[in-house]
Amino acid sequence: MSTTDMNTAAIVDEEELRYARAEKREKIAKWLLPVVVIALAVFLWDRMVVWNDIPHYILPGPGLVLETLIQDWGMLSDALIVTLKITLAALAVAVVGGVGLAILFTQSRYFEMSFYPFAVILQVTPVVSIAPLIFIYVDSRIAGLLLCAWIVAFFPILSNTTLGLNSTDHNLRDLYKIYGATRWQRLRYLQLPTALPYFLGGLRIAGGLSLIGAVVAEYVAGTGGIGSGLAFRILEAGYRLNIPRMFAALLLIAATGVVIFTAASLLSHALLHKWHESAIKRES
Amino acid sequence: MTLPSSIPPMGQRDKLLEMSNVDKVFGGNVVALKDMNLTVNQGDFISLLGPSGCGKSTALRLISGLMRPTSGHINWEGGQKTGDLGVVFQEPTLMPWATVEQNVWLPFRLRGKSLADVQDEIMWALKMVGLEKFQKSYPRELSGGMKMRVSIARSLVTEPRLILMDEPFAALDEITRHKLNNDLLELRDKLKCTVIFVTHSVFESVFLSDRIVVMAARPGRVSSEVTVDAPYPRTEEFRTSADYAELCRKASDALHGAMNEHGARASA
Repeated sequence: MSTTDMNTAAIVDEEELRYARAEKREKIAKWLLPVVVIALAVFLWDRMVVWNDIPHYILPGPGLVLETLIQDWGMLSDALIVTLKITLAALAVAVVGGVGLAILFTQSRYFEMSFYPFAVILQVTPVVSIAPLIFIYVDSRIAGLLLCAWIVAFFPILSNTTLGLNSTDHNLRDLYKIYGATRWQRLRYLQLPTALPYFLGGLRIAGGLSLIGAVVAEYVAGTGGIGSGLAFRILEAGYRLNIPRMFAALLLIAATGVVIFTAASLLSHALLHKWHESAIKRES
Repeated sequence: MTLPSSIPPMGQRDKLLEMSNVDKVFGGNVVALKDMNLTVNQGDFISLLGPSGCGKSTALRLISGLMRPTSGHINWEGGQKTGDLGVVFQEPTLMPWATVEQNVWLPFRLRGKSLADVQDEIMWALKMVGLEKFQKSYPRELSGGMKMRVSIARSLVTEPRLILMDEPFAALDEITRHKLNNDLLELRDKLKCTVIFVTHSVFESVFLSDRIVVMAARPGRVSSEVTVDAPYPRTEEFRTSADYAELCRKASDALHGAMNEHGARASA
């Protein structure tokens, strides 16, 4: 009897160990694999340039790009800050506007009927085609850039949050009604928490879109001087055939996008990990 | 809290609520409930038993005030206040983002009371359902049966005059269901509460209730009432007794009667 017990214990142990090993392996792979793949790609890029004798005004190697990044850091970091400011400001306004509109939509069906098509039209019209007009009508360049980035970024937040606010459990709604909840209580204690995961999904998309919006708007605006962002630096470097600097600025834009996405994902995890299905790791 | 020392025998109980000639019609022509009359007395444990479509859930929604009757009246003795009613749905219906105690806090929170103010009431309700150690847990950390207990604690916490239960244990496995049935009767014995319990299980209705209101479908209506005169407390032994079997047969006959009533009408 005791031997069988021990055997079962041993079997469970082995399975547990296998689990633990698999989990550990997955943890390492999660970080290692992307790093290895990126390193490999950079290495290949470097070799291609060297082996084929590609001149740096056509395709600079990664080393030269890094060198340029360090050399031009003064100018590029100023540009980065400008782009970052516009991106984050647009995202902030998109969050406030998107969530605010979503709340108004769920409070009044008539309001939603009236303004939802408007939001859709804004969303489906490519921002590149609206941007020139915006820069004609809006005097302040910063305001114009912000407006363009906002138009692109706010829709996913609006549509996701609206969906979330409308996804409350029907029985919970009934319960709130039975207990005499006010509209405000229902919104605050029931609808907003229900909408949170949807909103965070929208935020992740909107973060990337606000960067795209800021960059595209800058291309269209196209004026330089002090206070110009990364997109303008790319344009400018292109005119001067300074390809390494184009790459350096591009690198910063890509890195900014990754940082924004990561920040949104971390925020999502921090807010949801205690209760939401998406953040719960299932066994086996 | 002042509780009556015991539930008086049927026939000597004070009236709590009366449904008189209640009709509910949907969309102008679908009769969900026809001419329902029901007197609920304090301390009654009433089961609404019937096939699907017999209007038992409609009756519950009418009593809870979520719907208004098309005609007829539902009157509470002394009028109805919020907090007079506790509701348990078929699903636990907990807020997943809130802890157990925050979920039980809900009825009070909606009346503007802080968690600290009603901590005693919350702990009392959780103790009643045996979950006092889980106050800080999230619903996802609990089993199906435990979630249902939280839901019951929430319905009890305001010490309601009437608790409505809409097939609360239908989605649970049989072992858990029996355990929760036993615990529910124990709760009723402690709290002397009045319960209306919707179910489609003859066995469950006989085990739990002292009155079974058998309903028929199309249109939903009361077909007959079976009195379960077995004494409380009812324990596991009652489940295997001859009395129980006999009462189940009686209730089952009444249910078949209700279904044939419908069949006769449908084929006519």
